[in-house]
Amino acid sequence: MNKLTYFVLGVVGAISLFPLNASSQDLLKGSEVHGSMQMDAAYYLKDNKMGITDSTLGGKLIRMNAFTEVNYSLGNFTAGMRFEAYLPPLTGYDAQYNGAGVPYWYANYKNDFIDITAGNFYEQFGNGMILRTYQEWTLGVDNSIQGIRVKVMPFKGVTFKGVYGIQRYYWDPYKDYNRGIIKGFDGDVNLNELFAGMADSKVKLTLGGSIVSDFQQGSTKSITYDGKLLSLAMPENVANYGGRFNLNIGGFNWQTEYAHKINDPNARNNYIYKGGNGVFTNLSWSQKGLGIQVMSKWIDNMSYKSDRSVVNNMVDINYLPAITKQHTYALASMYPYATQPNGEVGISGTVTLHFPKNSPLGGKTGLAIAANFSQVNGIKQVRLNDSTLIGQTGTLGYKSTFYGAGNQLYYQDANLEVSKKFSKKWKGAFTYLHQAYNKDVVEGHVDQYGIVYSHIGVADLAWSITPKHNLRWELQGLWTKQDKGNWVAGLVELTISPAWFFSVMDQYNYGNSDHNQRLNYYLVSAGYTHHTSRLALSWGRQREGIICVGGVCRYVPATNGVTLTLTSSF
Amino acid sequence: MINKIRIIFLLTLLSSVAFTQESVFKYKKLPSVSIKDVKGQTFKTDSIVNNGKPIIISFWATWCKPCVRELTTISDVYDEWVKETGVKLYAISVDDSRSMTLVAPMVNGKGWDYTVLLDPNGDFKRAMSVGPIPHTFLLNGKGEVVWQHTSFSEGDELNLIEMVKKLLKGEELK
Repeated sequence: MNKLTYFVLGVVGAISLFPLNASSQDLLKGSEVHGSMQMDAAYYLKDNKMGITDSTLGGKLIRMNAFTEVNYSLGNFTAGMRFEAYLPPLTGYDAQYNGAGVPYWYANYKNDFIDITAGNFYEQFGNGMILRTYQEWTLGVDNSIQGIRVKVMPFKGVTFKGVYGIQRYYWDPYKDYNRGIIKGFDGDVNLNELFAGMADSKVKLTLGGSIVSDFQQGSTKSITYDGKLLSLAMPENVANYGGRFNLNIGGFNWQTEYAHKINDPNARNNYIYKGGNGVFTNLSWSQKGLGIQVMSKWIDNMSYKSDRSVVNNMVDINYLPAITKQHTYALASMYPYATQPNGEVGISGTVTLHFPKNSPLGGKTGLAIAANFSQVNGIKQVRLNDSTLIGQTGTLGYKSTFYGAGNQLYYQDANLEVSKKFSKKWKGAFTYLHQAYNKDVVEGHVDQYGIVYSHIGVADLAWSITPKHNLRWELQGLWTKQDKGNWVAGLVELTISPAWFFSVMDQYNYGNSDHNQRLNYYLVSAGYTHHTSRLALSWGRQREGIICVGGVCRYVPATNGVTLTLTSSF
Repeated sequence: MINKIRIIFLLTLLSSVAFTQESVFKYKKLPSVSIKDVKGQTFKTDSIVNNGKPIIISFWATWCKPCVRELTTISDVYDEWVKETGVKLYAISVDDSRSMTLVAPMVNGKGWDYTVLLDPNGDFKRAMSVGPIPHTFLLNGKGEVVWQHTSFSEGDELNLIEMVKKLLKGEELK
C-alpha cells in the first residue's frame, strides 16, 4: 500500500507540474494529459422494514468505490493508468473488490502501419462473440487483458490483430497458471478499401474471422456430482473461432457472425463436454423518417471464460449481448433480461417512425413512434440416451439442432412509445409495455417463481417554464398478479440549465400480497454540473433489483441511505 | 484508518488536478482512433473536420434517454444553427453489439441530420476520457477542443449555441 501511494503521488505530482515545465522543455511540447475520475460513496442506514440490519451491511455503513484514470500522450506515444479503490465496495459489488491499487496500466505506440500496446487493453473481435474485453464501472465488470496486443495494417482496408495475455480477476495476482493464458488472432478485410475499383461502389462489404485459444493448466479436475467425486479429464486448450460479414447497400445493412467453441467443461455448463455454437444476425433498413431493424440470435453452450471454475461476471473472454430492448424507466426495467450463455434462441424487431412538422400525422410539431418486440426461448435439448440426464456432468450433455428452439419461454417484451411535442412549452412521451419474465431462469432459481407477466405504462411529461427552467414528470404503473404484485411510481424533476437538477421520486409497491412489504421507495436527489464535473447527492431507498448494461447484469440489494457521486474528466 | 486518510487525500489531490484547466489538459488535436460509420466503413477520428468551422462532438447511445433528448432537441434547431454558424455535429454512438445496429434505423427514423459514427467497444470514448454520457465537446476550426460539458437538461442547447457564437467572435469560453 505504501509503495503504491508514493507511486500514485509521484505520478500526480509530475502531472501537476507539467504546465510549469511544458513551455521550457522541448520534449514535452505537444504532450497532452487527459483523464477522468469517479467517486461513488454511500452512508447506509439500517431499515427494519426492508430487512437491512448491521449484519446485512457487514458492520460497514460507509462504503466507497472510486477510480482515477490518467493518460499521457506525446506524438504517436500514449501511456496511462487507472487507480481504483473500494473501501469497502458498495453493497452489491463483489467483496473481492475490497482494496485499492492500479489494476490497469498501458503503454501504446501507433502509426499508420502498426499499433502496439503493452500492459492492459480492451479489445473486441467482430461483434465480440469470440473475444471482447471491456470495462463497465456501474456493473463492476472489468475483464481487461494484461499482456501484448499488436495491430498491423499492411494494406488499406486490411487489419490484423494479435493478443496475448491474462485477464483481470479482482485483485488476484497472476501466478502459477492460476487462470488461463489467452492467445487470439483476428483478421478484417474491407473490400471497398482494399480494391480501388470498389471504392465508389454502393455495395459495401467487410469480411472478418477470428480464432482465440485459452490455455488453462491441469489435465484433470475433481468434481462432485450426485454425491460422487468424479475425476474428469480437462482440455487444457479451449479454442473458439468463427467468421463474420457486414453487407451494406444504401439504407440496407446485413450483419452476421458465427462462432464455434470446442469442448469446454466448466462450472457454468455443469462440466459437460459438448462443443458450443453461436449465431448472431442482424438486418436493418432505413430511410429518412422510417427505420426497421430485425435481429436474431442462437447460442448453445457459449460461456467462455479464462477460468473454468468461475461462475460470476468476471474473466469472460467473449460477449453475448441480449437482443432485448434496454429500458431505463424504473418500472420498465424492473424485470430485465440477461443472456443465458448455456443456450437461448431469440428474435427481436424494432420500428422507428417520425412524422415531420406540418405533415398530416405530424401536425404542427411532429410525432415520433417507436415499436419493439422481442422473444427469447430456451434451445431444444434432446437426451443423449436413456441413462443420461440432460446436462449431466462428465458427459456430452445433450443433443441440439442448429437453431432448434425449445418450448420454455425465457422472456418476451412488446412495447410502444409515442412522443409528441404539444406546443413550444409542452411535450410528452407515452410508453406501454407488456413483459413476460421467466424469473426462475433469469435469476437462477429452480421452479420457485415461474413466469412474471406484467403490463407497464409510463407517461413522461416535460414543461418548459422558461427556456432554462424545465420541469419533468414521470407517472408509471406496473400491474402483475405474480411476484411482488402491483407498483406505481412518480417522479418530479426540476432542471436549471446548465448547472442544477433536483428530483423527487417514489416507487410504491401497493399490490404486494404481504401487507408489511407494501413499501414506499422514496429517493430525493440533487446535482450540480460544471463543465465536465458533476456532483450528485441522493437520499432514500433503493429497491432490490438487477442493473443491466448490455447483456450483463448485476444484482443490487435493497438499501437505504445517502449516496454521493462525483464524476469529472479533464 | 491511516489508509483511508491517504486514499481521501489522494482523491482530493487527483480531483484538484482534474479541476485545473491548464493548457496541457486542453485537447490540442483529436486522438486518432479507428471507428466505423453506419455503413460499416472505417473512420479515423482525426478526420473529424469542418472546413475551418466549429465542430460539436456528442457521445451518446440509443438506450440513453438524456442523450436522445439532447440530439432530438438540437435536431429541431439544427438547420438554423448550420445556416447561422456553419457548425457541424458528429454524434458518436457508444452502443455495443447489443444495440449498435439500432443506431442507423433510429437516426434515420428520427430524421437526424448528423454525421453518426459507431464506437462499439469505447475506443474513442476512452481516448477522449469520456465517462458518463451524454458528453459534448466543442471544437474550434483547427480541431482543438475548446469547451466541453457532461449531462443534458433542456436549455443546455441554448448554452451550447451561445458558446459556438462566442467562439466565432473570438471571445473566451467559460
